[in-house]
Amino acid sequence: MSAPTLPPLARVYRVRAAVELKEFFRQRESVVFTLMFPVILLVVFGAVLDYDIGGGVSFTQYFMAGVIAAGILGASLQNMAIGIATERSDGTLKHLAGTPMPKSAYFVGKIAQVVAVTVATIAILLVVGVVLYGVDLPSGTQWLTFTWVALLGSAACTLLGIAVSSLAKNGRSASATVTPVALVLQFISGVFFRFDQIPTWMQTISSFFPLKWMAQGLRSVFLPDALAAQEPAGSWELGRVALVLTAWVVVGLVLCVRTFRWRDRADG
Amino acid sequence: MSSPLDPGAAISIRGLVKRYGDRNAVDGVDLDIRRGEIFALLGPNGAGKTTTVEILEGYRSRDGGDVAVLGQDPAEGGRRWRAEIGIVLQSGAGDSQLTCLEVLTAQAAYYPDPRDPAEVLELVGLTDKAGARGRSLSGGQRRRLDVAMGIVGRPALLFLDEPTTGFDPEARRQFWSLIRSLRDLGTTMLLTTHYLDEAEELADRVGVITAGRLVEVAVPAELGGRGQAPAVVSWTEDGARRSQDTPTPTALVAELAARFPGEVPDLAVARPTLEDVYLQMIGQSR
Repeated sequence: MSAPTLPPLARVYRVRAAVELKEFFRQRESVVFTLMFPVILLVVFGAVLDYDIGGGVSFTQYFMAGVIAAGILGASLQNMAIGIATERSDGTLKHLAGTPMPKSAYFVGKIAQVVAVTVATIAILLVVGVVLYGVDLPSGTQWLTFTWVALLGSAACTLLGIAVSSLAKNGRSASATVTPVALVLQFISGVFFRFDQIPTWMQTISSFFPLKWMAQGLRSVFLPDALAAQEPAGSWELGRVALVLTAWVVVGLVLCVRTFRWRDRADG
Repeated sequence: MSSPLDPGAAISIRGLVKRYGDRNAVDGVDLDIRRGEIFALLGPNGAGKTTTVEILEGYRSRDGGDVAVLGQDPAEGGRRWRAEIGIVLQSGAGDSQLTCLEVLTAQAAYYPDPRDPAEVLELVGLTDKAGARGRSLSGGQRRRLDVAMGIVGRPALLFLDEPTTGFDPEARRQFWSLIRSLRDLGTTMLLTTHYLDEAEELADRVGVITAGRLVEVAVPAELGGRGQAPAVVSWTEDGARRSQDTPTPTALVAELAARFPGEVPDLAVARPTLEDVYLQMIGQSR
């Protein structure tokens, strides 16, 4: 009697992707705080800070770049760090490791979740921006820049989120650590304020992290080229954006491979 | 470590050692569990039960000895080997937003020859909870869902780590009949439990582990010399409770029956319970 063959990888990947999408979109907290939070920020900031940042460009047009970068950070880094830490401490990971599920399927499911949440967040932000605040959509090759900045930034932040999850004791401690760190990063990376008006030493700190480069890359998408002169470097530095984000992808990958655990530390 | 591993056994262990610091949590365990058998591992908390079981499940590494689970070293067990075993962890399978049926359907997709998820729900008595999310279940229902996840892959060998903790008596009875029906389907089971009545009810053989050592393996009725232990016959005579230890209780009862005109008042014949011998065994080794 020959043993029945294991299910094909592609089918297990599809199953895991479906599981991860249901886990996210059925949980009210994750939908409200990860998906809707940037939208709420856009609505509030767009209504309060309605001024001209120069060249007839509204703050909301500037803020679109920042809030999308923050949305990507939330859907990837924050979502992964908290979600995986929770699954590690409640036994989900240990259980999966005891099944013949290929380990890669877990990560494929997570990537599907990040992609779906990111795309949904960006789509809602664009619609709200256009409908409520008359934000100008990108055009032509700007969409291409938009796509690679979002993809590269989201890949770096997903990997970092997976790595960070291993540092936390459980989901609650992950949330308590990651949420304020993300908020501070947003303040110093030019999400809420014009980056050129942030003190230089804060600019320096933020340039070690991916969020600053995501926001900068997206500003090149949403702002007219004339405003590149307002950047501290005097240009959008797209080459450097690609370089730094790629470096974070590599660092994140190494950290993931070295730190990922299927079991809780408290579990022997 | 005298005899070699038994390749025909479901589980074969020789000289198993696991060290934590300078303490041997598992200290030279030898054991064979036959295919089709239900084996219960008993022992106090910290005796090495879960450590032993998690080495067999491939979760933990060992520091010494040889182990074969379904003919495979669990430290090197791949997906194909995992497809043959089912695991019900002490900690359960985690929280989920999925319904019971969705959870089981996803779990079934990892296995080459799974059971029908709806049939498995029926088997564990959760059919009317098929559309309910995990978090809305009671403790006993969640545990049954854990068991369902453990068996949906049609395992040849099922590990059950304290499966009925927190069950009410009725739920435990239902669980026991579930285990018996799995046995009838040919599933080998390794069970750890704190409940001696559960071990006695279900297990073909029990093993007692204390301080990392397997002190005895026997059928439940014979553990600790229970089969040969004198019975205690007790009755009421002249208004006083009397009792007598005897290796031949039948003869004593016949004698009493002759002595009393009708029923022997408050007649009882007792053997030491599994709990009695178990407590004695773990007490001795401390």
